[in-house]
Amino acid sequence: MTVPFETISSLAKQLDAGHVSSRELVEDAIARTERLNPELNAVIALDKPGALAAAEKADKARADGATSPLLGVPMLHKDIFCTRDVQTSCASKMLADFVPPYDATVVKNLDDAGMVSLGKCNMDEFAMGSSNETSFFGAVKNPWDFNRVPGGSSGGSAAAVAAGLAPLATGTDTGGSIRQPAALCGITGLKPTYGRVSRYGMIAFASSMDQAGPMARTAEDCALVLNAMAGHDPLDSTCADISVPDYSAGLEQSIEGLRVGIPKEFFSSHLNDGVAATVSAAIKELEADGAVIVDVSLPSTDLGVSTYYVIAPAEASANLSRYDGVRYGYRCDSPSDLQDLYLRSRTEGFGKEVKRRILIGTFTLSAASYDQYFMKAQQVRRLIAEEYQSVLKDVDVIAGPSAPNTAFILNDDSKSITDMYMEDVFTIGANLAGLPAISIPAGLVDGLPVGMQLIGSRFGEAQLLNIAHQFQRRTDWHSLSPNLEGLTR
Amino acid sequence: MKWEKVMGLEVHLQLSTQSKIFSSSATAFGADANTQTNPLDVGLPGTLPVLNHAAVSQAIVFGLGVSAEIGKVSRFDRKNYFYPDLPKGYQISQFFEPIVKEGVFEVPLEDGSIFPVRILRAHLEEDAGKSVHDAIPGHTGIDLNRAGTPLLEVVTEPDFRTAEQVVAYLKALHALVTYLGISDGNMSEGSMRCDVNLSLHLEGETEYGTRTELKNINSFRFIERAIHVEAERQQDLLESGQSVVQETRLFDPDNDETRSMRSKEVANDYRYFPDPDLLPIVIDDATIERIRDALPELPAVKRGRYTTELGLSQYDANLLTQDRATAEFFEACCAASKNPKATANWILGDLSAALNKEGLTIGGCEVTPEGLGSLISRIDDGTLSSKMAKTVFEGLWAGEPDVDRIIEDRGLKQVSDSGALETIVDELIANNPAQVDQYRAADEGKQKKLIGFFVGQAMKASQGQANPQMLNQLLKQKLG
Repeated sequence: MTVPFETISSLAKQLDAGHVSSRELVEDAIARTERLNPELNAVIALDKPGALAAAEKADKARADGATSPLLGVPMLHKDIFCTRDVQTSCASKMLADFVPPYDATVVKNLDDAGMVSLGKCNMDEFAMGSSNETSFFGAVKNPWDFNRVPGGSSGGSAAAVAAGLAPLATGTDTGGSIRQPAALCGITGLKPTYGRVSRYGMIAFASSMDQAGPMARTAEDCALVLNAMAGHDPLDSTCADISVPDYSAGLEQSIEGLRVGIPKEFFSSHLNDGVAATVSAAIKELEADGAVIVDVSLPSTDLGVSTYYVIAPAEASANLSRYDGVRYGYRCDSPSDLQDLYLRSRTEGFGKEVKRRILIGTFTLSAASYDQYFMKAQQVRRLIAEEYQSVLKDVDVIAGPSAPNTAFILNDDSKSITDMYMEDVFTIGANLAGLPAISIPAGLVDGLPVGMQLIGSRFGEAQLLNIAHQFQRRTDWHSLSPNLEGLTR
Repeated sequence: MKWEKVMGLEVHLQLSTQSKIFSSSATAFGADANTQTNPLDVGLPGTLPVLNHAAVSQAIVFGLGVSAEIGKVSRFDRKNYFYPDLPKGYQISQFFEPIVKEGVFEVPLEDGSIFPVRILRAHLEEDAGKSVHDAIPGHTGIDLNRAGTPLLEVVTEPDFRTAEQVVAYLKALHALVTYLGISDGNMSEGSMRCDVNLSLHLEGETEYGTRTELKNINSFRFIERAIHVEAERQQDLLESGQSVVQETRLFDPDNDETRSMRSKEVANDYRYFPDPDLLPIVIDDATIERIRDALPELPAVKRGRYTTELGLSQYDANLLTQDRATAEFFEACCAASKNPKATANWILGDLSAALNKEGLTIGGCEVTPEGLGSLISRIDDGTLSSKMAKTVFEGLWAGEPDVDRIIEDRGLKQVSDSGALETIVDELIANNPAQVDQYRAADEGKQKKLIGFFVGQAMKASQGQANPQMLNQLLKQKLG
């Protein structure tokens, strides 16, 4: 019994047919994780008893006649989602021992749909990073090349799905944290519209942009999972009270005549030539399927990164103030007074990148720089959002690369922090504008996956998933999987 | 030249919602430490605030109560600072766009005049928790029951020049919010907390001096004292050529002095920015009108009605409307007595004296408005003399509800039967011929004095129950 690279849809059929039980799937997934993870480091908490109990419950429900398309299918959560009674660390020393007394709404929704959570995925600390190198639990390796990063911040989720540990992992995307690792690991990752999925119980990084989404093998699987993840939540005031369509039912639409806009700024000097060629070929594929390719312009694309790195750290600096060593989380040894407690708990509990962003955010919000930085960034954010809206009046979706490069070398000291921030240059726009966007496998360059990004209108997830699905019917890039046999011990 | 005080007030009112402003935890006072908390109140990761709309309605009610403009779109902002009783490391407040904008609040003064105070703004915010220093020896505990309690911070323009004005404003504000039912205004439980911004300048100057902020003075009594002490301190500094430092100071009633707390205004940068977890509060005209229609009669309107329609003095009207309970008692009492002036006199006289003596509030004593009202009508219909009325009042005070029953039980009825009185008077005249002669010989002025003898004797004979008015009339008739 070995189904490491199966899709959710296929597993659900096998479960329904009785060819396999949820318990067997979960046991296999745990065994595979225990075998591969010491090298990959994609998973930082396995909840074996919880997973086995949930699997048995799912098997019993199925025996009693239940037939949810997700029932009994194993999955993993990014460690940013609060899981009742299971470690939720955000990959930080600060929360290394934190066990929440409640479930995030995303966790609850997928539980309710019968999915079986195996445990928690590694990530960049507090979702701050594009390489998964900032994790307190160590870097995650890219299953396609162990010397390379999986991308970030949902690097553990992307690597886990790519390595076949589970057919689904949840991710979160504040500036590209689902799409960039999905691209670098050769999987499909959807960042929904801001407000489509509840943020309740998802540890906040930059609240005005954070959004949870599915990371899976196919657009079809993402649709199945989004059906269960999305929807209004009274616990999150920013979660839209807009009905959730059946995303799976909308996957068989023809894309004939669909207008696809290609922003010239997405094919700028930032873009690696191999990636450019691969994404261009993928766009040709859409054209071959009947789509109309239109040249468009998003002139403020280059301002996105600076704008994002003012707003996101500003929000983060406040969001992370609660980690003060007083009520829970890391506390320094024998503080001499209150000041010392704050100072050392936060100095010792946070990693370098997190501290950098807290400092940037504290600076940009200070009275002396608020107008010059924070206010200005809010204005540019509106400008960028308006550019996207205006382009999306003319075209149905925007297409381009998800990331400027393929997976880069781990611990590469020659890569500056600003080089790292430029990883998000094509993804950040959708976050600033609150738009849905998906990354789908589009080919390989030197044996490394490349992702194509599609950006849609607000609450236009159904259309993105349909285009992605149609693309995946014509291509098989999403079916490729890395050779991990070298890891078998 | 004389120094003049210039003061502006910031009052934090705890709103009377059942649950907290952003969580479903209860807000009741005095529960065991940390029992009224949930993951949000503790600031656990991933929790999100959800606005309690009851707090918004109460803020609008307040705004309408001070004739203020209601912000059609107001927003929540984060005020960032570290303190152990502040679980998130920021307080959710309204900095950029408050829900209540400029208004004017008419404050009645002791002399019956009206002192208009300009309200600058009032904004919603969440309260912090409390540090507890005596629960665990050698440690400071944190009680988060209060964290997240809805507050309305009411900020005035620097319109106050005397401590009396400040106290009058606070009393009127207390009256207003209890009338409106949006706060219990209880100062000792912290439901109404007052900060005074105070500076001095020479009379006639238009520029203001450097101010200090006096924090959290929790009784009316201390406010006057704190203002006096701080003004003297500033005056001493200024007269000796020194300058006032802008800072927050705490009044210490035990040592009758103010002490520097921290020089926060200059040192602290709260880094306010819009809270991305909460949507703007959008209020339409229909909502404002619906709330306006449901408002109770405001103290200022009541005062006007009491003086013009009921004929009370401005002074009495001010006193009766100082709190909602007294005004409601007065109105219910009037309904029973049909005599507003006498009712005002009884409430502000005997009842108020008895309440003060026992340290009770009008709602906490045994006297009912119906009881006092029927007592007054029994005076008016001649059943009771004013002396008897005091005895009946004692009965009411002791908890006996029925005035007629008290009269009956104590045998207090005045003799108003003219036949019975006539018998007494006739006997009196027959038995005291010398006094009768003396009376008849006297002039009108002297007669007024001499009649007292007959009244006294007749009262004695009737065991104090003769109706004095009838008795007087009868005596004059029979003697004259």
